[in-house]
Amino acid sequence: MDYELSHLRMLEAESIHIIREVAAEFERPVLLFSGGKDSVVMLHLAAKAFWPARLPFPVMHVDTGHNFVEVIEFRDRTVERLGLRLVVASVQESIDAGRAVEETGPRASRNRLQTVTLLDAIEANRFDAVFGGARRDEEKARAKERVYSFRDEFGQWDPKNQRPELWSLYNGKHRKGEHIRVFPLSNWTELDIWQYIAEEDIELPPIYYAHHREVFRRDGMLLAVTPFVTMMDTEETFEALVRFRTVGDATCTGAVESAATTIDDVIVETAATRITERGATRADDRISEAGMEDRKKEGYF
Amino acid sequence: MELLRFATAGSVDDGKSTLIGRLLYDSKSIFEDQLESIEQTSRDRGDEYTNLALLTDGLRAEREQGITIDVAYRYFATPKRKFIIADTPGHIQYTRNMVTGCSTADLALVLVDARNGIVEQSRRHAFLASLLRVPHLVVCINKMDLVDYDQEVFDEIKEEFRAFATKLDVTDLTFIPISALKGDNVVHRSENMPWYEGTSLLHHLEEVFISSDRNLIDARFPVQYVIRPMSDAHHDYRGYAGTVAGGVFKPGDEVIVLPSGFTSTIEAIETPDGPVDEAFAPMAVTIRLADEIDISRGDMICRPHNQPQIGQDLDAMICWMSEQGSLTPRDKYLFKHTTRTGRVLVKDLHYRLDVNTLHRDHDATGLALNEIGRVSLRATVPVFFDDYRRNRETGSFILVDEATNNTVGAGMILGPTQQV
Repeated sequence: MDYELSHLRMLEAESIHIIREVAAEFERPVLLFSGGKDSVVMLHLAAKAFWPARLPFPVMHVDTGHNFVEVIEFRDRTVERLGLRLVVASVQESIDAGRAVEETGPRASRNRLQTVTLLDAIEANRFDAVFGGARRDEEKARAKERVYSFRDEFGQWDPKNQRPELWSLYNGKHRKGEHIRVFPLSNWTELDIWQYIAEEDIELPPIYYAHHREVFRRDGMLLAVTPFVTMMDTEETFEALVRFRTVGDATCTGAVESAATTIDDVIVETAATRITERGATRADDRISEAGMEDRKKEGYF
Repeated sequence: MELLRFATAGSVDDGKSTLIGRLLYDSKSIFEDQLESIEQTSRDRGDEYTNLALLTDGLRAEREQGITIDVAYRYFATPKRKFIIADTPGHIQYTRNMVTGCSTADLALVLVDARNGIVEQSRRHAFLASLLRVPHLVVCINKMDLVDYDQEVFDEIKEEFRAFATKLDVTDLTFIPISALKGDNVVHRSENMPWYEGTSLLHHLEEVFISSDRNLIDARFPVQYVIRPMSDAHHDYRGYAGTVAGGVFKPGDEVIVLPSGFTSTIEAIETPDGPVDEAFAPMAVTIRLADEIDISRGDMICRPHNQPQIGQDLDAMICWMSEQGSLTPRDKYLFKHTTRTGRVLVKDLHYRLDVNTLHRDHDATGLALNEIGRVSLRATVPVFFDDYRRNRETGSFILVDEATNNTVGAGMILGPTQQV
């Protein structure tokens, strides 16, 4: 016995430790589950952390209403299989209630509106810890965020005033109305996620693998043709063999051309790619240099 | 593939960003869109060269002020290892950030400018790495191209550093002459320094032996969470979930539970993937015991003949991390140690340590931001601890201010308070 753990087992152990800490120290945690690969891995780790018991907290989907059908089916199947309690926070309801105003024009997206819905749901359900699947390698504002990220009563993140985080000791102290965002996947990279999905044989929504789809080109990205996107006159649809590297709102999540139909194909592609997943496929991150930082300060994921 | 975490420290001009940029670039961990974005930003700002620090200095305030305000974590992998870099800025908040970065590091990388030799900051880097018990210290003597790749320069710096390091507790010290800008000895061995017989930095990072750094002797299992499924399938199941903080646990081992002192044997060590034959640090597992005894979060499972120290009075080195207020005797704080939380009273401040000269100021009355000193603490609850030197997990704690809820201090336990 050489007492060595692989990098994936080290990351797994760290994540499980964090998830258990939260369950032990907070009263009302919730885990954000969108059906995207990072939240699927996070949920898988949470299920492992409490096995053979069920998850001691609910999961929440912030639903923009602009979903890929395959992802919602996958979400519901997963909830059923693991016996989870699902809270759906609806952006449509926020709009109907006048809490958020729909963007207009061909580039309209509900991405930014999610923050309102998310913060309202946190307040209404009195959640005090909210697990998110964000990784530090994704984006440079995320690279500086703590595993336990303190949010004030407005849900705001203050990057210049973060608590030091040492060893495996996490400080979750907060007052009523404040909460902590918890990121158990902070130290995972995109490649780690895929390798772990392969090693653990984790099921994902089928759109992560290559499939034929009606798409059109916008800003160098391939967007899926859906009822939620208004196409401009100059844009033409065509069928392509694509897969998604990230899964978000259908109006701002791009597909990449790919023939990777298996997990091993995806890993080979991911290891060789020269573009970040957000750069390649997320219109929401292209707003400005500080797009993510600004949204995070407002309370975004 | 193993995981190696390392901390880097250095000031603006010593080439740290260049070095990290090169490691990331040569290992293909910088993506084209990231590079394009920072090239554009550098051009817009009128910089003469692409500033690789922009890769992670992504916060608005950082870009505006051209400084790094926080520890940045960066990731890269080679076919041999995955690396996590805790990149700590060299100026303001220096000590606080370096202490944070070093707390989880297997290795600390200190940069020295070959033209300037050892400066105050180099000594401070080395001291903090040793205080935090980072097992491996690598000193990169950088900008060798600017001293004509001269072996004498390298040897002189090396000897001076070695002499200083004897005052510290450094177990593994390595010196590598490099030029981060030209790439000498970073990824490949340099042909410009045939006199250097060691390996390149990357090769060293890939090969340095880290699995023996963990404590595999003193079995320590702080109970984190009690798993009771309350389902028909697992009616009487009661498992103690946690992360092994030291030693090796096996089914059949006789164990004692602190603080109750009850003994039992390990029935099984479980994971959702099935039972395991042994568990060692830092595995996250669930332990089931043969006997039903009352155990809750904060208790510790260990071996009857190898127990941690138990007590409410302990001495520790504290690094103060708060801008608001200082640590002074009679202060009370919330105390987090393993999975145990209590309160502590600062009974005594013995001295404040000058991190540059290692001088002990016994007349100090408090510790301000970034200051380090030795204190005696009295805790409201019994603490199960080891000396930090022996176990970083059971020897470390944080202090939290109860008024602001901020983390204000990081502590490394020296041992029980000596009764005079």
